[in-house]
Amino acid sequence: MDFSAFILQQMVNALFLGSIYALIALGYTMVYGIIELINFAHGELFTAGAFIGVIVLSGLQQIGWVETHFVLTLFIVFGLAMAYVAVLGVALEHVAYRPLRNASRLSALLSALGMSIFLSNGMMLSQGVSDRAYPQVFGLESIDFFGAMISHSQVFIILLAFVLMVGLQFFVHRTRLGKAMRATAQNRTIARMLGINIDQTIRITFMIGPALGAAAGVMVGLYYGAVRFDMGFIFMIKAFAAAILGGIGSIPGAVLGGLIIGGIEVAWAAFLPSAWKDVTTFTVLILVLYLKPSGLLGESEADLRV
Amino acid sequence: MLGQEIKKLVIYTIFLAIIILPMLGFTGGAEFQAERAFLVFGIGVALLVLNLIVKVIRSHRPPPDHDKPSLPERIGDRLHRIPKIFTLGPLLLAAGTFPLVANNYMIDVGITCLIYVCLGLGLNIVVGLCGLLDLGYIAFYAVGAYSYSLLNLTYGFSFWAALPIGVVLGMICGCIIGYPTLKMRGDYLAIVTLGFGEIIRLVLNNWDDLTAGPNGLFGMKRPPLYYPTIEDGGLDMVTYYLTSLPGLFYFILVIAILIIIGVNRLDKSRIGRAWIAIREDEVAAELSGVPTTWLKLLAYAMGAGFASVAGAFFAAKLSYVNPNFFLFMESCIVLSIVVLGGIGSIPGIIIAGFILIAVPEVFRELEAFRMLAFGAIMTTMMIIRPEGLIPASRKKREFHRQRDEAERGPQ
Repeated sequence: MDFSAFILQQMVNALFLGSIYALIALGYTMVYGIIELINFAHGELFTAGAFIGVIVLSGLQQIGWVETHFVLTLFIVFGLAMAYVAVLGVALEHVAYRPLRNASRLSALLSALGMSIFLSNGMMLSQGVSDRAYPQVFGLESIDFFGAMISHSQVFIILLAFVLMVGLQFFVHRTRLGKAMRATAQNRTIARMLGINIDQTIRITFMIGPALGAAAGVMVGLYYGAVRFDMGFIFMIKAFAAAILGGIGSIPGAVLGGLIIGGIEVAWAAFLPSAWKDVTTFTVLILVLYLKPSGLLGESEADLRV
Repeated sequence: MLGQEIKKLVIYTIFLAIIILPMLGFTGGAEFQAERAFLVFGIGVALLVLNLIVKVIRSHRPPPDHDKPSLPERIGDRLHRIPKIFTLGPLLLAAGTFPLVANNYMIDVGITCLIYVCLGLGLNIVVGLCGLLDLGYIAFYAVGAYSYSLLNLTYGFSFWAALPIGVVLGMICGCIIGYPTLKMRGDYLAIVTLGFGEIIRLVLNNWDDLTAGPNGLFGMKRPPLYYPTIEDGGLDMVTYYLTSLPGLFYFILVIAILIIIGVNRLDKSRIGRAWIAIREDEVAAELSGVPTTWLKLLAYAMGAGFASVAGAFFAAKLSYVNPNFFLFMESCIVLSIVVLGGIGSIPGIIIAGFILIAVPEVFRELEAFRMLAFGAIMTTMMIIRPEGLIPASRKKREFHRQRDEAERGPQ
């Protein structure tokens, strides 16, 4: 493989990894935009999505649908994983976040952290400590794209991530509920005065954000071929870095941040010792927070979010 | 009222079924493991029904009067009135005689408890007094442990010579982490400290030449004591290495008592009051002339220093360290101790340290559920009793007052 093909290959990898980070980062950004709380359990919701994905996919593989109804199978897998995590997200909001909506920040953060520990250990106890293998449904063929090899799963994942992001943008800017969300993020008290059901809006945010994370979880499972109870941790940190880099609260920012973090990670792994690649993400995160805490596309505190 | 509650119960049950049944039913194979899934589901439903019953009973009672002290508060007030010699004396006596009556295993658990109490007290300075959520606290413990190990193995420093160096290194790390995060708000701070904690662990794990990577370092000397003897007519110092568990227990007990005294004095000092002022309202504190930047850095440095002491002792006791002793989960355990004990409350943290470390040791078969319980405890405490088991006297009313105001005001 010549050098330009190598670079192109790395760029595709970066796009792929970046879109996964972006999907997870969107969940953070939406929740933060609306209740100004970091959802510490988001990484666990992502993992839960991956687990439901493998459960459904294994079931469908057993009855032979993977061969006969390939597209429908993928549709069901993603749909069920996202629906499950949406339910989990709503439950989480109701149990751990709603009672503390007006409490001190420290209490709310500790409550979120407690839920994160609880969920990750709950999944460890129910699904085991070892890797759980994903059925390989995409095969190993790749497309030759100017010398770079792109696997079918990568193409599918990038496209699906793109569709989900565009769908979200449409939802937030073109629908009534999206408008309610933006209003709530902007000023909760005024939004309530204008007749917006705040509780319902927050609940919907806690459905959509985690559902996007769940989709990312299934994607990671499909691509890497395995899921583990603690894989949410590292993805959580990276997606969080992406959300901060793009400017927390901003949807295009989360996407941009995800792509940049993905790019940095792939570039580092391609040219420098890959054992240190996680250190880079943390360093980027800390540098951004130090130099420009509002992020690339973020607006200042008082301005519009979401 | 009752009808509404029953409707809620039905909805919660449906949610519980959706959440629990797939995750617990399908593990490994494709067939549904009904027994386990329905057992957990049944427990969940039982808890919901219990909650409903409690709610119904409560609704028939007059609402609690927050101006009247609750039972734990009254017990706390009584305890405060007893002269300290009658409470602390027996406690010290019990701690002092413990190694004489306990077996080695119990002493070992006691040592672990005391190490965690030291860590909890150190973290309490950062989280409890200054109100900065630190999720990478265990990194300073690692700094203390590794600096003693490396100084002892490479340069032959004794424990006493390495300890101050380790503490200074820990404090420097605390400042390095603290400085860029000073301007940040609580949740950013939490993530950044988490990131720093992971960076330190990754460095320990990957810097093979210095730290031996995942294999860890071993063969460190135990903490030495010196005593003089007269031999051949001259005065001579004899070095005695504390190798027995009771010896190590007394050693960490003395360290813990010193830390307790130190933290207690800090809490009541001008610095401690300034920290609490920062926790309550940073802008107001700054306007009142509190140098917030320096005091926050100091909180990080002090917390890190205490953790380094605990870390150095840990490395010396075990004669072995590896990066996996310093996972994020350890930070969470220490944080649970602070939260359960009562944010800012010294006696609370000591008791919580013993509960959270010793109880899981006693119920060994439930070991797997330990972190699950810790997570649940953390959230439950924040919702039901944010001031902890034994609230710090200054903190007692604040949380409930805040809650009452929130309930009255617009949500």
